[in-house]
Amino acid sequence: MSTSVASTPSGRGRRSSPMSWRWSDRLVLALAWLVGLLLCVIAAAIVLYMGYRGIQYLRPSLIFERPTINEQGAASGGLLDPLLGTLLLTLIGVALALPLGLACAVWLVEYGRPTWLARVVESSIEIVAGTPDIVIAIFGLALFQLPLLAPFSFTSEGGGVFGRSFIAAGTLMSLLALPPIYTASRDGLQAVPSHLREAAFALGKTRITTIRRVLVPNVRSNIATGATLGISRIIGSTAIVLILLGGFGRFEPQGSTPVTSLLRGTGSSLTSYIYDNSPAGEGGAPQKAYAAAFLLLIFVLALNLIVERIGRAHASAAGLTTTAGVV
Amino acid sequence: MALERLKRPWPDHRAERALGAVSLLVGVAILAMVVFVAARAWPIFQHNGFSWLTGGASLENEFARMNAATASPTAADYQLRAWPLIYGTLLTTAMSIVLGLFIAILTAIFIVELAPAQVTAVVVPVVRLLASIPSVIYGLIGILVLVPYVGNHLVTEHERRSMLSTVQLTGAGLGVTVVILTVMITPIMIALICEALVSVPNSWREGAVALGLNPLRAVRAVTLRAIRPAIVAATVLATARALGEAVMIQMVSGGKSFAPRPGDGVVFFYEPLRTLASAIVDYREGLASPPLKATIYSLALLLLFAAFAMSISGYLVKLPLRKYQTRG
Repeated sequence: MSTSVASTPSGRGRRSSPMSWRWSDRLVLALAWLVGLLLCVIAAAIVLYMGYRGIQYLRPSLIFERPTINEQGAASGGLLDPLLGTLLLTLIGVALALPLGLACAVWLVEYGRPTWLARVVESSIEIVAGTPDIVIAIFGLALFQLPLLAPFSFTSEGGGVFGRSFIAAGTLMSLLALPPIYTASRDGLQAVPSHLREAAFALGKTRITTIRRVLVPNVRSNIATGATLGISRIIGSTAIVLILLGGFGRFEPQGSTPVTSLLRGTGSSLTSYIYDNSPAGEGGAPQKAYAAAFLLLIFVLALNLIVERIGRAHASAAGLTTTAGVV
Repeated sequence: MALERLKRPWPDHRAERALGAVSLLVGVAILAMVVFVAARAWPIFQHNGFSWLTGGASLENEFARMNAATASPTAADYQLRAWPLIYGTLLTTAMSIVLGLFIAILTAIFIVELAPAQVTAVVVPVVRLLASIPSVIYGLIGILVLVPYVGNHLVTEHERRSMLSTVQLTGAGLGVTVVILTVMITPIMIALICEALVSVPNSWREGAVALGLNPLRAVRAVTLRAIRPAIVAATVLATARALGEAVMIQMVSGGKSFAPRPGDGVVFFYEPLRTLASAIVDYREGLASPPLKATIYSLALLLLFAAFAMSISGYLVKLPLRKYQTRG
């Protein structure tokens, strides 16, 4: 009799096969497979379509050519300036966000007193993470229009402060990159076993020396993950560039000193170039938008790959939150 | 000289204070954000009180009047009734959250509980990729592929003519916006729900299966119940993202301050709309006109408060999660 029990359709075997489940369960199972595959199809469609358009329109010469604006107002020429603009914004943003995020994480995990202050800092970062980038951009505009900060941004002939410049956009970009850098470093620091700290203290090292010589070198890979996520946030942000940079194609330096004029001037990034050349902007040159979008997508894919390689040690579904840049 | 001093060991108390001060900068930035945005939005409150949050007047006309306003505007120029924008924001957010939550829960269960390892190895990077595609690329695909398709193939001539007196149907509108927004916010929810699912102790699952439930029933009876707070937290975070999405929506929503009417049937999904965030992008060049500037900042203030509310509720729903030793 025991054999017949094991083979009854109600599935009392060691492993129940889906065929023996109730139909409603089988329906849910089918749905789960369906949405899982649907997501794959959507992602594949996006990547393949952008790849197709990119190969169609992206020429190597395009990358090394500066944009020009012809009579129709449509942008022509290449996308060297937007590319360098994205690079410049990333440099400024990460240069500001990396020390800030790391300092926050170190202070919160290693010192974190008084407790109420730690709570304040923690929730501030959470709020920054939840603030829409359009609001950050609009805030940046108000900030850099202050007469005090006028030297950092584009100024009109009459002395009107526009509050638009690479410095302004880069500074506000750092707020985008801050949360992932903070979260990744905090998680790394919290995961460092306490005996490492104790060993350093036993050697007579102070807290800050322990942090500099033991803890920070130990969480280097976490910091790298955070920074990479921050970079992909920055290169993907459109709203901040549209509002705080506002240039169309070419760099427009402000003043004549070599480096600062560029930083104080306006320009464009890949994202704003895509936007301006799409039907939503004024350009109406979709082939340029496709070429730039393809380039941007390649960068994003590359950054994704880097994150994955760094985090391979703890690669699992659990690692999805940090690597998806959620927090 | 400065380098020499950096190389020497730092005094501990000074390092602690310096790091603390740097950390506090973030709090200062938040405070500054509220103060600046609120100060610039003040004229709108001065002239409208809180009634600018309601509807009643034609928003298109108000924007046109503000755009034409001179450097010394009259009180009438400040008149604002922004309900269509608030309605558009709530509508797109609610629809994509409902749709996205359904997909996210199923996908998360699929990834953690059901799929074979080889399939998971594909789906997880896919989710990660969808989360990291910039919104402008979603917008570009929307405006160049989906909007023309909907406009040319789905909207019938009859539907177009029936709406001619109120609004033009180009294909850009609610339907395309909600579809793309769903694709954008679902990965966030999937990631958070997956993390919670993984953190549920395996013995709970085994217990349920030992009682004779099939794996799917076990998920429904035990695992999903255990992670309910995480599902709410994921929804809150995704809502925050959806509320603030600006560029993509501006590109594919049609850019008319029109409130889609559910009573219109299928046409409802083709009707254009504007959200709070997309209106800011639309009128970003209008900052020279004082009333329009105040309007933009008041919309930003509303978004900022919505983001605060989301952060606070996100914190509150995460409290019970600590029971299961999971970080939210």
